[in-house]
Amino acid sequence: MMADSVIVEQLKRDRILELLKQGKRLDGRRLEEQRPLYIETGVIPKANGSARVRLGDTEVVTGVKIQPDKPFPDLGDKGILICTAEILPLADPNAEPGPPTEEVIELARVVDRGIRETEMIDLHQLVLVENKSVIGFFIDSSIIDADGNLFDACSYASVAALLSCTVPKYEIKDEVPALVEGVNSKPPVKTIPVSVTMARIGEHIIVDPTADEEACMNARITITTNSEGNICALQKGGSDGFTVDQLIKCSEIALAVGPKIRKQLEQLM
Amino acid sequence: MTQLMNENGIRCDGRKVDQLRNVSIKVGILKNADGSAYIEFGQNKILAGVFGPRDVHPKHMANQDRGILRCRYHMSPFSVTERKNPAPSRREIEISKVIKEALQPAVLLKDFPRTVIDVFIEVLQADGGSRCAALDAASIALADAGIPMRDLVSACAAGKVADQIVLDVNNEEDQEGQADMPIAIMPNLGKVTLMQLDGILTPAEYKTCLQTAIGGCKQIYEIQRKALMEKYFGNGGQ
Repeated sequence: MMADSVIVEQLKRDRILELLKQGKRLDGRRLEEQRPLYIETGVIPKANGSARVRLGDTEVVTGVKIQPDKPFPDLGDKGILICTAEILPLADPNAEPGPPTEEVIELARVVDRGIRETEMIDLHQLVLVENKSVIGFFIDSSIIDADGNLFDACSYASVAALLSCTVPKYEIKDEVPALVEGVNSKPPVKTIPVSVTMARIGEHIIVDPTADEEACMNARITITTNSEGNICALQKGGSDGFTVDQLIKCSEIALAVGPKIRKQLEQLM
Repeated sequence: MTQLMNENGIRCDGRKVDQLRNVSIKVGILKNADGSAYIEFGQNKILAGVFGPRDVHPKHMANQDRGILRCRYHMSPFSVTERKNPAPSRREIEISKVIKEALQPAVLLKDFPRTVIDVFIEVLQADGGSRCAALDAASIALADAGIPMRDLVSACAAGKVADQIVLDVNNEEDQEGQADMPIAIMPNLGKVTLMQLDGILTPAEYKTCLQTAIGGCKQIYEIQRKALMEKYFGNGGQ
């Protein structure tokens, strides 16, 4: 079994490398072209916001739960926002249930950083009692089918779920937060973050790598931009590096690819 | 809120915008480890110890074609103002991963199939930029262990504080500043092997910040080289 899959991998790897020399990719995309992105929101009515996102054959379901919580000790004037991710065992033959691997922790933290550092949600508006009680946004992504670039798929799903969520109203009664029935508002959105993940294979930079392409890549980079065209979060991954010129090129690609995705996300508001 | 920069462009710890904190590195300070280093980087006090190449446990992790690199970045409970839970946090697991990936391109793992090189990093006291300082020590500890490397790895951050791009962000600047960009490079090969960014930069600032951090990495490289020279050739000279 094992030997068979290795041969396929090697043949595929050779083919991917050979095509890249001609500026082509295995699935016919241009180097800087993303796979088709489908977004459906409101898929889980019991969540305050939700989205199901397909990016090529990668598929993610994200739910947002909004509930009162204690603020972080050093951030008493801000609400809480936490992103998590899980690769479900049904999503990938190599995924196993259990505590999150370092890859999954990195994934969740990169998604979290993109939303946090762009200041997408105005956390100052989520305070009930300073240093005591705030509204928390819990954004949990379940990967249900994995074919590469989980970073962008989870990021788009999380942003889509946030944009389409409704925020229940809480008031302090007898010193504890209580739900006010039937009063909802839109989330305090300031900007729309868009992450763009790229892989370097040899000298080539490709956008939105598939699982096969990720198996061949030397290094990876995720760059998140905001609606104003600034760079707000970045993470390099993989077991090799980038030259400075490549890093500047990657930032330009992220700024060029971002607006199209942002337009698609804006329609969800 | 502290004032991060005064009207003369002097930062809250008295530095200029392009000035590193004090950095000192000692090589080979642990008896049991195959290689080790201790770094003081501003208020950071960090130990790095390297074991290997040695047998892999658990065995299934071993790779038949090449050695593997493992890395643990850990903060002591007393290293920060509020006691830190000693169990590894998600932040520490992520940092362990990015440090490993920053060192990996420099280490000739192909020469050591079926073995592991373990890098253990202990942050005894944390200041801003602990991942960069940890990486600087780890790279020296690998060299001290005699592990063949393509290059050293030198790390330093740059950031945006009071609307200016500054070198080597300290703790206050990290907490209250506008952006933090840790970078690691292989100085002789011209490759960036670690890069992260928290905070908002315009495309022009992004380029400046990147170049500023790389300038810092090059200064760190000289300090690393000197520390190795000191250990192996005595007086820091030839």
